[in-house]
Amino acid sequence: MSVLQAEDLASIRGERLVFRDLSFRVTDGGALLLVGPNGAGKSTLLRILAGLGRIEAGRLLWRGEDALDDLPAHAARVAYLGHLDAVKLGLSVRENLRTWAGPAAVAEALAAVGLTPLGDLPARLLSAGQRRRLALARLMLRAAPLWLLDEPTLGLDAASVARFGAMLADHRARGGIVVAATHLPLPLPGAEELRLGGA
Amino acid sequence: MTRFFSLLRRELLLAVRHGSDTLAAILFFVLTASLFPLAIGPAPETLGRLAPGIVYVCALLAAVLPLDRLFGADLDDGSLDQLLLFGLPAPALALAKATSHWLVTGLPLLLTAGPIAVMLRIGPTALPILLLGLLPATLLLSLLGTVGAAVVLGARRGGVLLPLLVLPLATPVLIFGVAGVDAAAFGQSPRPHLLFLAAMLAAALPLCPLAAGAALRGAAE
Repeated sequence: MSVLQAEDLASIRGERLVFRDLSFRVTDGGALLLVGPNGAGKSTLLRILAGLGRIEAGRLLWRGEDALDDLPAHAARVAYLGHLDAVKLGLSVRENLRTWAGPAAVAEALAAVGLTPLGDLPARLLSAGQRRRLALARLMLRAAPLWLLDEPTLGLDAASVARFGAMLADHRARGGIVVAATHLPLPLPGAEELRLGGA
Repeated sequence: MTRFFSLLRRELLLAVRHGSDTLAAILFFVLTASLFPLAIGPAPETLGRLAPGIVYVCALLAAVLPLDRLFGADLDDGSLDQLLLFGLPAPALALAKATSHWLVTGLPLLLTAGPIAVMLRIGPTALPILLLGLLPATLLLSLLGTVGAAVVLGARRGGVLLPLLVLPLATPVLIFGVAGVDAAAFGQSPRPHLLFLAAMLAAALPLCPLAAGAALRGAAE
């Protein structure tokens, strides 16, 4: 069964048509890779899927119903990783995650990205790659079925990419969906590709 | 509701961690109010007559100071997207931000306003009315300020735009707040003025979060 379905989506940003007549469907456990040159609208599409961006035309369906009708309900389904890490430098690593979930879920997420030993460190002391891993840990906190990833592996070392691959496989095994925009090879076996046009 | 409070907890924790930013508004209030006796002279009758106005204007300016970073910091580091995806409706998010602004700025202003007013030789009948009026006034400033902060979000030079937007909106608060204290000082009832402040608060409480929420959604696009 198709879970996430887009019908003839179109987006305009600042008088420029980014894309139009964009249709795709992703089923339980499926993955969709957004590829295309810079400015092709990959990030724009991800923000639309998250319910943050605006669509000019078309529909976005979740299990056959309009996904964007009830934005708070849609937000509960979505875990979004933008190109910014959304890490508060004044808080500790653990406190950064505690807003979103309880202590048990936070401990599990920190273990998954290998940040458990750094849990009490202020986030400002983390390297760029470690901050990215902290942002990845947030994906796991709320068991959201739809993961939207914008360049998720940017700045990660090989070991972290392997760990992230395990996270993705685990998420898909539980029936979760991954939509990712990337220029780097991602550990997403069997992912479909959606090519977005050039600028 | 749990989400609302965990969001509020996060805001307060951030305010504690960035303590210097938090204290700046209060110190600004104390300093500007302390300049007036130096500028207009320490004569008790002049100073006491002007005290309510001085306290209100300084509190108003001090409350606007931290608004720039209320959503700005979250927009800059990408947290705003995560907050909008938190599962709360955008107006509830705005209300949580307004509440945190009041707890971090409005409430300390209210607490410091008493000693400052006494320092400015305010009369004993006027002081309780000043503090009573400042309660809805600071709440109103937080709510109106949240709308302003959300509207200028993403605009270039938003920090300059923000006072230009919020200060005119706050003039009714200033007028009725000071008029109430003056009425008490001259032996009249401050009740109508205070009721007017309360009425404005009752209107702003649902309307301001709705407006700020819509502005936040717009800024995210």
